[in-house]
Amino acid sequence: MTLTARDAASRTLRTSGEESCASDMPGRPEDDGVEGGGAPADRSLDALGEDRIERLRVAPARRPVRRAVVTIVGVLVLAALVAIALNPRWEWGVVGSWFLARSIIRGLGETLKLTVLSGVLGFGLGLVLALMRLSRSRLASGLSWTFSWIFRSTPLLVQMLIWFNLGYLYDRIVVGVPFTNLSILDARTSDLMTPLVAAVLGLGLHQAAYASELIRGGILSVDAGQVEAASALGIPARDRNLRIVLPQAMRAILPSAFNEVIGLVKGTAIVYVIAHAELFFTVQLIYGRTQQVLPMLMVATLWYIVITSLLSIAQYYIERHFAKGAVRTLPPTPLQRLRANLTGLRSKSTEVRA
Amino acid sequence: MTALETTTSTAAVTAPRGGRVEVRAAHKAYGDLEVLRGVDLTVEPGTVTAILGPSGSGKSTLLRTLNHLEALDRGVVAIDGEIMGYRRRDDLLLELSEKDVLRQRTEVGMVFQQFHLFGHMTALQNVAEAPRRALGVPKREALARGRELLETVGLAAKADVYPRQLSGGQQQRVAIARALALRPKVLLFDEPTSALDPELVEEVLAVIRDLASAGTTLLIVTHEIAFARDVADHVVFMDGGRIVEQGPPEQVIGAPRHERTRGFLQRIHAA
Repeated sequence: MTLTARDAASRTLRTSGEESCASDMPGRPEDDGVEGGGAPADRSLDALGEDRIERLRVAPARRPVRRAVVTIVGVLVLAALVAIALNPRWEWGVVGSWFLARSIIRGLGETLKLTVLSGVLGFGLGLVLALMRLSRSRLASGLSWTFSWIFRSTPLLVQMLIWFNLGYLYDRIVVGVPFTNLSILDARTSDLMTPLVAAVLGLGLHQAAYASELIRGGILSVDAGQVEAASALGIPARDRNLRIVLPQAMRAILPSAFNEVIGLVKGTAIVYVIAHAELFFTVQLIYGRTQQVLPMLMVATLWYIVITSLLSIAQYYIERHFAKGAVRTLPPTPLQRLRANLTGLRSKSTEVRA
Repeated sequence: MTALETTTSTAAVTAPRGGRVEVRAAHKAYGDLEVLRGVDLTVEPGTVTAILGPSGSGKSTLLRTLNHLEALDRGVVAIDGEIMGYRRRDDLLLELSEKDVLRQRTEVGMVFQQFHLFGHMTALQNVAEAPRRALGVPKREALARGRELLETVGLAAKADVYPRQLSGGQQQRVAIARALALRPKVLLFDEPTSALDPELVEEVLAVIRDLASAGTTLLIVTHEIAFARDVADHVVFMDGGRIVEQGPPEQVIGAPRHERTRGFLQRIHAA
């Protein structure tokens, strides 16, 4: 019956002022303070009166299940924190003493260098490969497909070792003009293929194969009408790609791209196989000597957490930048929200005082 | 508030020169589906041509061949005698380079049913983009002219707003301003009001009506019969990939000679 619906509505209104009453007698239409009953005139908000309507406030709905879950999770988290902080076997003191040690910082620097270099190589080449794959030229798209096929089907570890041992396979690397004695580059492979070069090539090319698919997916998510409109306007292919399609593809690309970059930060640890002293290798060297395995692993972990946290913050703001035009209004940044909350609190407190 | 008040400035902002459009023996098929089956059409400079016809009759395809968004299988399209997409050498049509095709396209503006505004750019950036990228107009100049154009479509106040914050009618008016920015000789409208709520149709038609008096050659694929009768100098009725009937609106819409034209117009009026 319509009565129940109306009753529920008026009860919600009432709870604002007199919360207790509403929960007392659930489901009984008669308990309604706003004079229930059949007279059609009462079935209108007019019965409330204008000043009453002015006074109405919204009381947020109660969510008992959610509150219970939050409580349970909170207790579990607290327990975990206590278990981690208070168990002496984690040796947090050791962690603290090594955290800023010079060798660790040097290793951290190498990790960042590897990440940046192979990230730039990976995503730069990935973009080129994605555009090639989508090009109308069979040759270009075939080349791109083959690249991805090879580099996605070989284990990264194997790729890394092949690059590092290229000198064993090919003594010298010669770049020259065929059928002449002219050469632009002629060097011993082992001189060129330092651990850093091998690591960047290994990580970067592997990354490029994945990045190209990821960027291609983003480009495909942009409505074909955008390219069509741009071509109809005589805008050159380069600008169509870089100014029209890519900025709009970024919304789809960014979340996965940051996944990849964060994966890459930790993935650099794999270069321990070619003895390049990045963070993880450094940590291993140290615990090999001191036997403090877990604390040293925690040192590395904490640094990975720091880097990932910084990247996550960057991700938030970069995604926000590329959301321009895609959403009607941008959500406030955490800073803006904080400021709004502070001013909100202040106005509330002055209200109370008044 | 809308373009109605700014009629006078339209002629000043858009170049008053129209192009002659010629289509000869146009054939186009998608696989087994023949979309154009021998279309011949001449559009005189500065005139307004309305193309009517049921969906699937080849209207939109014909329009898209005019700026070489679609290549014909057989036949040619020319604007002011210049063949679109090809260079003729005796009996050979040599495909033009991408760069030359793009240059040709800057002379033919196009307005789409779904607007296709660049979503990540403001209204003003949308209008200024093509002059900057296709013609190399300096940024300041392109933006200044963009503002002028937005004014002529009654949207000066929305210059810094993103497309998604505009109504459909406003988006389509921005799209028209964007097409005008290259000072095209010919403007193509592909069902410009079909995606709009009924109450927004008139504001777009008003802008097109202004353009009709400005000297640019207009070709409009539309289902707005009353508008076609009112604005067009020439009406073309297409069905099954061919032009069934063409002539002045009084004749084609007022007293159609062909059975198929009559049937189509009756269905539209009934709806």
